[in-house]
Amino acid sequence: MKTPETRRKQARIKPKGRSLDGQALAEVLALLGDHPLRRDLLIEHLHVTQDRYGHLAARHLRALAELHRIGQAEVFEVASFYHHFDIVKENEVPPPALTIRVCDSLSCAMAGGEQLADALATLTDPAHIRVQRVACVGRCAMAPVAIIGQKPVEQATPESVLVAAAGETTCTMPLGIRLDAYRGAGGYGLLERIRSGALTEDTLIVTLSNAGLRGLGGAGFPVGRKWQSVRSFPRPRLMTVNGDEGEPGTFKDRYHLERDPHRFLEGMLIAANAIDAERIYLYMRDEYPGVIALLRREIAALEGVGLINPGYIELRRGAGAYICGEESAMIESIEGKRGLPRQRPPYIAEVGLFGRPTLNHNVETLVWLRDILEKGPEWFASQGVNGAKGLRSWSVSGRVRSPGVIIAPAGITARNLIIRAGGMADGHTFKAYLPGGASGGILPASHGDLPLDFGSLTDHGCFVGSHAVVVLSDKDDMAEAARNLMRFFKHESCGQCTPCRVGTEKALTLMQAPRWNTALLKELSAVMMDASICGLGQAAPNPVLSVLKHFPEEACA
Amino acid sequence: MNAPVTTIAFTLDGRTAIALPGESIWDVTRRMGEELPHLCHRPKTGYTPDGNCRACMVEIDGERVLAPSCNRKPAPGMVVKTGSDRAVAARKMVMELLVADQPMRTSTHDAASLLWRFATAQDVATSRFPAREAHTRQDLSHPAMAVNLDACIACNLCARACRDVQVNDVIGMGFRGEHHAPIFDLDDTMADSTCVACGECVEACPTGALMPKSIVDAVTQAGSRGAEQSINSVCPFCGVGCQVSFKIRDGKIAYVEGRDGPANESRLCVKGRFGFDYVVSPERLTVPLIRKPGMPKGVNLDPANPLTHFREATWDEALAFAAGGMKRIAQANGGKAVAGFGSAKCSNEEAYLFQKLIRTAFRHNNVDHCTRLCHASSVVALMEGIGSGAVTAPFNDALKADAIIIIGANPTENHPVAATYVKQAAKQGAKLIMMDPRGTAMKRHAAHMLQLRPGTDVALLNAMMHVIVAEGLIDENFIDRRTTGYAALKAHLATQTPEAMSVTCGISPDAIRAAARDFAKAERGIIFWGMGVSQHTHGTDNARCLISLAMLTGNVGKPGTGLHPLRGQNNVQGASDAGLIPMVFPDYARVGVEANRRKFETLWGVPLDPEPGLTVTEITDAAARGEIRAMYIMGENPAMSDPDVTHARAALASLDHLVVQDIFLTETAMLADVVLPATAWPEKTGTVTNTNRQVQMGRKAVNPPGEVREDWRITVDIANRLGLGWTYTDPGEVFAEMASAMPSLTNLTWERLERESTVTYPVKGPDVAGEAVVFHDTFPTDDGRAQLKPVVYRPSAELTDADYPFVLTTGRQLEHWHTGAMTRRASVLDALEPHPTAALNPKALERLGVRAGDSITVETRRGAITLAARADSACQEDMIFIPFAYAEAAANLLTNPAIDPDGKIPEFKVAAARVIPNLE
Repeated sequence: MKTPETRRKQARIKPKGRSLDGQALAEVLALLGDHPLRRDLLIEHLHVTQDRYGHLAARHLRALAELHRIGQAEVFEVASFYHHFDIVKENEVPPPALTIRVCDSLSCAMAGGEQLADALATLTDPAHIRVQRVACVGRCAMAPVAIIGQKPVEQATPESVLVAAAGETTCTMPLGIRLDAYRGAGGYGLLERIRSGALTEDTLIVTLSNAGLRGLGGAGFPVGRKWQSVRSFPRPRLMTVNGDEGEPGTFKDRYHLERDPHRFLEGMLIAANAIDAERIYLYMRDEYPGVIALLRREIAALEGVGLINPGYIELRRGAGAYICGEESAMIESIEGKRGLPRQRPPYIAEVGLFGRPTLNHNVETLVWLRDILEKGPEWFASQGVNGAKGLRSWSVSGRVRSPGVIIAPAGITARNLIIRAGGMADGHTFKAYLPGGASGGILPASHGDLPLDFGSLTDHGCFVGSHAVVVLSDKDDMAEAARNLMRFFKHESCGQCTPCRVGTEKALTLMQAPRWNTALLKELSAVMMDASICGLGQAAPNPVLSVLKHFPEEACA
Repeated sequence: MNAPVTTIAFTLDGRTAIALPGESIWDVTRRMGEELPHLCHRPKTGYTPDGNCRACMVEIDGERVLAPSCNRKPAPGMVVKTGSDRAVAARKMVMELLVADQPMRTSTHDAASLLWRFATAQDVATSRFPAREAHTRQDLSHPAMAVNLDACIACNLCARACRDVQVNDVIGMGFRGEHHAPIFDLDDTMADSTCVACGECVEACPTGALMPKSIVDAVTQAGSRGAEQSINSVCPFCGVGCQVSFKIRDGKIAYVEGRDGPANESRLCVKGRFGFDYVVSPERLTVPLIRKPGMPKGVNLDPANPLTHFREATWDEALAFAAGGMKRIAQANGGKAVAGFGSAKCSNEEAYLFQKLIRTAFRHNNVDHCTRLCHASSVVALMEGIGSGAVTAPFNDALKADAIIIIGANPTENHPVAATYVKQAAKQGAKLIMMDPRGTAMKRHAAHMLQLRPGTDVALLNAMMHVIVAEGLIDENFIDRRTTGYAALKAHLATQTPEAMSVTCGISPDAIRAAARDFAKAERGIIFWGMGVSQHTHGTDNARCLISLAMLTGNVGKPGTGLHPLRGQNNVQGASDAGLIPMVFPDYARVGVEANRRKFETLWGVPLDPEPGLTVTEITDAAARGEIRAMYIMGENPAMSDPDVTHARAALASLDHLVVQDIFLTETAMLADVVLPATAWPEKTGTVTNTNRQVQMGRKAVNPPGEVREDWRITVDIANRLGLGWTYTDPGEVFAEMASAMPSLTNLTWERLERESTVTYPVKGPDVAGEAVVFHDTFPTDDGRAQLKPVVYRPSAELTDADYPFVLTTGRQLEHWHTGAMTRRASVLDALEPHPTAALNPKALERLGVRAGDSITVETRRGAITLAARADSACQEDMIFIPFAYAEAAANLLTNPAIDPDGKIPEFKVAAARVIPNLE
């Protein structure tokens, strides 16, 4: 028989593909302990493996595929989607034991985050320490920030980071109000009243609607209407909570969770009760390990006192993906998959987690429930100004003297927020601001007196989103700020649809020219906004258009 | 009454449009004559629209953003605009974004790609956007497929092809954002991955990022899917009967695509898609050959160089020699001294002519073919039990089943496209019950994997039936109305408890019970089996049990239920139907029944022998005894496929006159006195019948090499030299004669097959579809009922002992077809599986002190072969699996010729063997 050139030299001496390594299988089994082998827990299983070995070895991934009875590709695509997983193939070197993550999102970049990353890269031995630039870690008030292992170093300098790297690199548990104290101050009384039937779901919905409470993750959907909608679909229903606070400049959810976790948990249980949720899936971003530890302890405490059944709240860790803050992407992630936003319709109220009607809320939205229900809708509604209703937690960062979370009325202006943040930082003059993190566009100081509320900035091509106000000054280069934001979107695009995946890359390339191709950027922006699957791609052009509109001279230098 | 069809009225570009149930906006626009651009959307069965490429965006009134027409369903009153400025701009911009990063059209991998087609249609020739940094992810590791990700648009069609359609689960979409791209397994090279090379991804790819290597330049990777001609035909390999389109360039097959046939719905496997270049192998026989005087007969020559033992001859000389020899021996020793083996690889018309030749020229029925070696026992059991040997439902009905049994079959390797339907069904939630001594690839999809001891099927099946009867899970109504013999079966099963049978079959009583319950409780259950059931000395008993199991649970005669022996060869169903069986005339008409004989005597004009003829192994034995002195073998390779092939080869070599007609100098042809070069499948026209009872038209796609002639033409020439006076000039004429004598072909005509390409029989009218599922109310038995037959477990003929401690089982593998004559000469298939191997459990290898790849000798009481050890945990620890496609280590030198008393099928699946490591 002839010997074609393509013939394998050797007989095939094992079945196709990577063989199962018996020892790796035993190691993974030992790690999983009594974790059920549910497909939706794949990301949790990747976490325990990464936590234990510092990386995901191919042989462990192969073993996980065997245990889950899925293809290796399915494991790989999930593992490679999330930034917090390090896949190491057979012939590759595992990453060093310690990783320093330096935030390079706008607030940190303005405070020298990029220079910090560069300095650390030269000062550390890559064999022992890996320096990574990462997107917003939710500590923008203390920029620049570096995370040493799990330990955050705020207002970091190369020196402070190196000192920290030599010490303990695990996170510390925040000093949140614990269950006993919270109950002692009347906590969970409301929940128990509601559960006893003293307050009907309809009453709650009317109250929340009258209060004007809206979803504070960014979309601002009226809470009462959301509950009504979910309740209109048949049981069994589920609830998800989006704690994947990743919008650059946003840190208010962490703020609330670290201080008063039970205020949030009680609100969550009230909402779950209202839609008769079979179970709650609480999705927390992996960048907040302290919060996760705190919640784990307090949820166990709730189970301990019998306020919830064991397992009723399932706490899930994200794995480093901004897109999982998009509710349908988060749902995919909870299902153990890549965080690819779903196409709508259907909406998650009808077809959500595991195909069931699902109520999804942001953390802060739930934080307000107790106050509203105890103090009354009028109290809450009357807190707003300029026609808006309620209180909001504004994450203020950038060139202000005292950045941080400011609880202030809805409808407040940027100029007022700057005042509440102690005014502009020394030597800085107010030039522009981001009203809603990276996505919400950029407005010039001349627009600093616009009321900030859902929908109030539509005419200006902007939105308040997660209420993350980043203040820029005369020291800031607007084109560079826009590039920073576009770099972020490009980095965080899930890659699913063309307008976003290719559009962010092309936009960034065009924005790197000294003179932007204005016409082409506008044309591209229009299509990204029109044709992207989700809000990421649809909002990504906002900073470009803002700069072209308000600072054209900086884009065409 | 039919449910009312709900249509949806909406406005499409100012006109009223009606969407049928399930239709997307894209579907409606296409039905109305406009094909909106689409890249990630593949409008074929099994592909769910994904809406990710955004090339098909449309505007919907009242919606903030545009919508992808491919996965958006119209709603009543919706106003859709495909031609709005926004929609047009978005579609064009998407193409421009994609084109920016594509290789130059002039040097791209597929100049005829969907991407370039729709780019051109929207006047996008270049892009105003700068290209990203050159993307060099290239993977040319696989012998069949080229991966050039510089053309990839991350549309994930390849992943859907691999996972949703073929359910091979090799391709994923790795990484995020701009790095988003297909990966194999854990981002391994294609060649190192678990890829089974079905090529579905290649066919689905809209850009040329994945291409058949045969149509891209090996160096530049430039290529195109363009073809001068597309010829619709059928795959020549297994019984699934996938419809193919041969893409012709320069008179050769450039590549193959799947066609939307009823069995395959455009899917193919590695053989059908990439295994076609055997046709142009330099080893093809191109001129008739006559053995040189005095050359010793044996499997002793290089098939590439037949002239060491043969000389070339003209057709006239060779035909005269071939026919003259048979005539001379028949005259001297009587007609029974000449026997024939036809082939399940040839067409229905060729099978029919072949059996007619033997029966009419030599006046006996000693004509058989490889059905004897594959499903003879199944057919005996089915004929006895339900009066029909064919499947009762197509394999595609797995998708309608709630429970699926696969026993003694490895469909992912042997019926890969049929396997895709079972895997899809399992993915949708059907309970798959696998029963096989080997833990095959289907294991991952199975709810129950019962790895029984080889040869203990009866014990396992009896125990399952015991559970079903004991727990009251039977379908009493069905048993009462449709069967006879239940009382006796029930009485017999009483002792066949899971506990008692567990000792024999090695499956725990709990596992037996769980599987039995899942099958019995399913609303619809279907049973598939293969040669792991049939190739035993108790093969008929095995099949009898399966028939009883289906009847006890009422699982025949409605969609999603049935008995389906997965037929092996592409035309084993058709060749059997055509009468290439010693006991029956066409359509299973028993030769002993006078009315049958009279019918065919009238048709054929000669008296016929009432005695059933000899079977394959019996003919070989008769040859060895000298009773048969001459043979005419068309397209069969008994020198490789018979059990105990040493004996078979000696028998064939002892013949005074052996005529072999084939495409290569097979091991059988090496023993011939005269070799007649015949056409390969793509070189001729004819019909074949697949496992689903679908008669399908194969069409000539390429010209044969040299002086090669079609098999039917050669058979006609020989017949005429034997004085039969045949006048056939076209296979259509032959088909007409067959159809006139075969009730199963009622309403089936050559013209209809030319027009429709495929028709399922039975078919009730000339213009209605055939019946996929049969026996709704009655069985074609004398009393219309199925006969239940109690069966007692009998051990295999040869059991392991201290001298021969391993159970040897043989079979096929994905890449190699049968005796390897075709596939080992297909460059891709040969590259994938180049050498013979014996698969053993890694623990067995360790015990033997052998590493995977080491040379071992496997020996049975009949012979020994030396080959490489393969580590495969699918095998039980005392099992050896050897594929029989390799002449250099022919597994059938080892197999046991003991036969089933009813089906006369040899026990290929169990032989006692020992392993001797060959020290370096």
